[in-house]
Amino acid sequence: MTVGKVVGVNGNMVSVEVDEVVSMNEVAYVKVEEARLKGEVIRVKGNRADLQVFELTKGIGVGDSVEFTGDLLAAKLGPGLLTRIYDGLQNPLTDLAERCGFFLQRGVYMEPLDTRRSWSFTPTAKTGDRLRAGDPVGWVPEGVFQHRIMVPFNLEGEWVLEWLASAGDYHIDDTIARIKSPDGRLVEMTMVIVWPVKRPITAYAERLKPAQPMITRVRIIDTFLPVSEGGTYCIPGPFGAGKTVLQQVTSRNADVDIVIIAACGERAGEVVETLKEFPELIDPRTGRTLMERTIIIVNTSSMPVASREASVYTAVTMAEYYRQMGLRVLLLADSTSRWAQAMREMSGRLEEIPGEEAFPAYLESVIAGFYERAGIVRLRDGSTGSVTIGGTVSPAGGNFEEPVTQATLKVVGAFHGLSRERSDARKYPAIHPLESWSKYRGIIDRDRTEYARSMLFRGNEVSQMMKVVGEEGTSLDDYVLYLKSEFLDAVYLQQNSFDPVDNSVSPERQQHTFNIIFRVLSGVLVFKEKEEARQWFYKLRQLFLDYNGSTWKSVEFYDAEKKIETMIQEKVSGRLKDAERLTGGQG
Amino acid sequence: MRKVYSRIESIAGNVISVRAEGVRYKDLAVVESRHGSSLAEVIRLKDDLVSLQVFAGGRGISTGDQVRFLGYPMRVAFSEDLLGRIFTGSGKPRDGGPELTSKLIEIGGPSVNPAKRIIPRNMVRTGIPMIDLFNTLVESQKLPIFSVSGEPYNELLARIALQAEVDIIILGGIGLKYDDYLGYKEALENGGAMSRTVFFVHTASDPIVEALLVPDIALAVAENFALEGKKVLVLLSDMTNFSDALKEISITMEQVPSNRGYPGDLYSQLAARYEKAVDFEGAGSITILGVTTMPGDDVTHPVPDNTGYITEGQFYLRNGRIEPFGSLSRLKQMVNGKTREDHRALMDGMIKLYAGYKESLEKKSMGFRMSNWDNKLLKYGELFERSMMDLKVNIPLEKALDQGWDILAECFDPSETGLKTDLIRKFWPKKEAVHG
Repeated sequence: MTVGKVVGVNGNMVSVEVDEVVSMNEVAYVKVEEARLKGEVIRVKGNRADLQVFELTKGIGVGDSVEFTGDLLAAKLGPGLLTRIYDGLQNPLTDLAERCGFFLQRGVYMEPLDTRRSWSFTPTAKTGDRLRAGDPVGWVPEGVFQHRIMVPFNLEGEWVLEWLASAGDYHIDDTIARIKSPDGRLVEMTMVIVWPVKRPITAYAERLKPAQPMITRVRIIDTFLPVSEGGTYCIPGPFGAGKTVLQQVTSRNADVDIVIIAACGERAGEVVETLKEFPELIDPRTGRTLMERTIIIVNTSSMPVASREASVYTAVTMAEYYRQMGLRVLLLADSTSRWAQAMREMSGRLEEIPGEEAFPAYLESVIAGFYERAGIVRLRDGSTGSVTIGGTVSPAGGNFEEPVTQATLKVVGAFHGLSRERSDARKYPAIHPLESWSKYRGIIDRDRTEYARSMLFRGNEVSQMMKVVGEEGTSLDDYVLYLKSEFLDAVYLQQNSFDPVDNSVSPERQQHTFNIIFRVLSGVLVFKEKEEARQWFYKLRQLFLDYNGSTWKSVEFYDAEKKIETMIQEKVSGRLKDAERLTGGQG
Repeated sequence: MRKVYSRIESIAGNVISVRAEGVRYKDLAVVESRHGSSLAEVIRLKDDLVSLQVFAGGRGISTGDQVRFLGYPMRVAFSEDLLGRIFTGSGKPRDGGPELTSKLIEIGGPSVNPAKRIIPRNMVRTGIPMIDLFNTLVESQKLPIFSVSGEPYNELLARIALQAEVDIIILGGIGLKYDDYLGYKEALENGGAMSRTVFFVHTASDPIVEALLVPDIALAVAENFALEGKKVLVLLSDMTNFSDALKEISITMEQVPSNRGYPGDLYSQLAARYEKAVDFEGAGSITILGVTTMPGDDVTHPVPDNTGYITEGQFYLRNGRIEPFGSLSRLKQMVNGKTREDHRALMDGMIKLYAGYKESLEKKSMGFRMSNWDNKLLKYGELFERSMMDLKVNIPLEKALDQGWDILAECFDPSETGLKTDLIRKFWPKKEAVHG
């Protein structure tokens, strides 16, 4: 083991003099009187290595000894990750709380996985099978999932299965299989794989193009700004616009197998809500609690900055691990700006030449590298698995023209920009329907959603104009257009988050409702005067709000729909010219 | 016996450096100069070169002055004896009383384990309707007052401190004007609250480094009181001064600035302080009320902007009133469902009508004709501002709710308020009561 001596301390950066071999990004421990503090090598220059230390550096002195481990910063992957709460270095926070009480004592690192729990193993491979990295040899049940026990991802070439444990109960550290490489090297496998967090896991056959929408049950997202399974999206927004709320809702409702929440440099209070509520909430898809499909990585704003940087990587590594089992994983990172700021702090201490707003010059490539770890893949057994990444961005001053937002927009497939105006007007979700975009395919034919969006756009123009010339100076046609766009906004784009029905809407219902609304938007409506038009739309809106709040296909639902149908049939006569080519939506 | 170093290598701003051995990061040292002695803190180690931040500032320090390392980091005495006392930013008595040396605790300690936090559940009553009714303050919340210089934010904080049902008040004054410091003292003395108050005050004329210490000292003391089961309210005025002090130091240290000269870690620095707000299960709690003055009333300025991302809402103080729009208590829904059944409905209903008033007011100023409804709203708005928004109004929540109904009854028909029928039936005042 390589040993060095501290020669400098500057914030969380510690410089070490070392005479032997040191590798970049290797983990080292600084020994201070009472503890060993974990750090990572981030620069080597001559016989000096700079570490970013993941703990408070108070009390470190020149001459203190440093142990280099030779290993990269890694996550321990195996059965039992689900339901757990970790910090950015994969320390189990509930176990830490039992041991240390209220505060996070520095230098205490605990086993991330329960080594005493036994798992019931079912072998699926046979001795003599030829296996490659990532191929399963068997599985254990973890909640509702079959947790595959796989050949370690770092092994190259074809290996022969020499011996496999029979069905039965095992601990994660027990030897479960023995495999032999073509050149005769033997490797004993346990249920645990240790993987360096900053390297993507690529033990699959090929990456596919995201095609299937990932349902969030938020209308404006699924219909207008869809996200694909295996895709990426970002949610930038000023403070108080509802980024975290939107992510919390998504973490509950998203139609995926596993959700990994990376609370990165944000308020602790917000995580606490998730921590306390998820074990109580039942997931209607599985009948189990939401916690059973969730892993939470917490590195709140007051916890050491360097491990904030590590936390997003730890999270995405776990996501990739479960993807290898053919599962659909959603990673929610809140907020990636804090992660970028952690990089900025470190870059400053390293005295690197700064880029825009003092962010490091490599900001863009690092952000791109992170989002590129998402994707839908075909595994060698033919099944597919996916990692979808959704990251919030907290731009300074709410201004999207800043480096982190811009670097993120370059690499993501969908942009859900939150607007201060909409959140101030208590419009939920506050996603701006005109500025946001998505490159993915949604649940409704794009021509028709684009038509609806263009109506919003034109309605917005009319509303701007009306501010100048007043209602009197606006033509009836324009006024009806404006009412249509307001109607779409009120009954479809907005959702009532407190309403048990309206807060999450199934894709079938979205399609159904959209068809009705589309007929209003594309229909020719004849009114004698503005007041009549306004009354008609207000009445329809009121009916629709009740309709949205009624249980899908219940008696009230059909009642409300009937009233709406009557109103529409009385008023709508034919189609607007520009909508004629859009044949769908008669249903 | 610790070694004394008598050769200072460099002096830049408030930062000096000496060549020394066996020194630990964040340790304290005493710098003896002709102008008296001052504490200093180690802020960088590079080989044998130790950089120290001198609390009393670098002015007057000569290269021949003596530096003696103490071998421990910044600490503050913690005991009941603190109550009623006034200290400087570095923990020295400011009130002529004795220096406290018993039971020293380190400042800037580790963060609370998120797994040990609990969901906040208790309301803090302030007697100010704009807070209690519309944006309820919750125990363990961290909330700044966004304001511009000249607004009565210090008076407001002092008043909340006096009226809030807390066990201990800790005032952290950062760059406080001397008059404001005396104002606080007077207010708390007159209110009979001095005996449960501790002051850590850095005034505008004190050395800038001490400004940086105030939040840490105040919060370390608060944390220990909270662990003993006390409900603690920490007032920090003004965190913009704290941020400016950070800026000054980091520029001196030749750090690359990120935004308008502020250091890149401004967010983390502010968060490390605000996140000390906590409710300890089975013990006490810390609630933090801060002041963030917005230079040029610009909320996108780095200090209010970063603060907004950290805190759980904000109160906008403008023209001597807490603005209903923009002000937000993110935790209010955790408590306002348990106060009185009409609380939430009245809160939303009255604000919606007030928004209507603002629109009518705009229309009026543009010369449009006022309808009957507009006139009703105009009357409502004036009443609302007078009997709810005025900071002089000092009534408990229940009274404020009743008053809310009275205002509505005076201006509108029940059906015009948009409130639910069953609430109206129960709370709508009888005619006589209104005019009586």
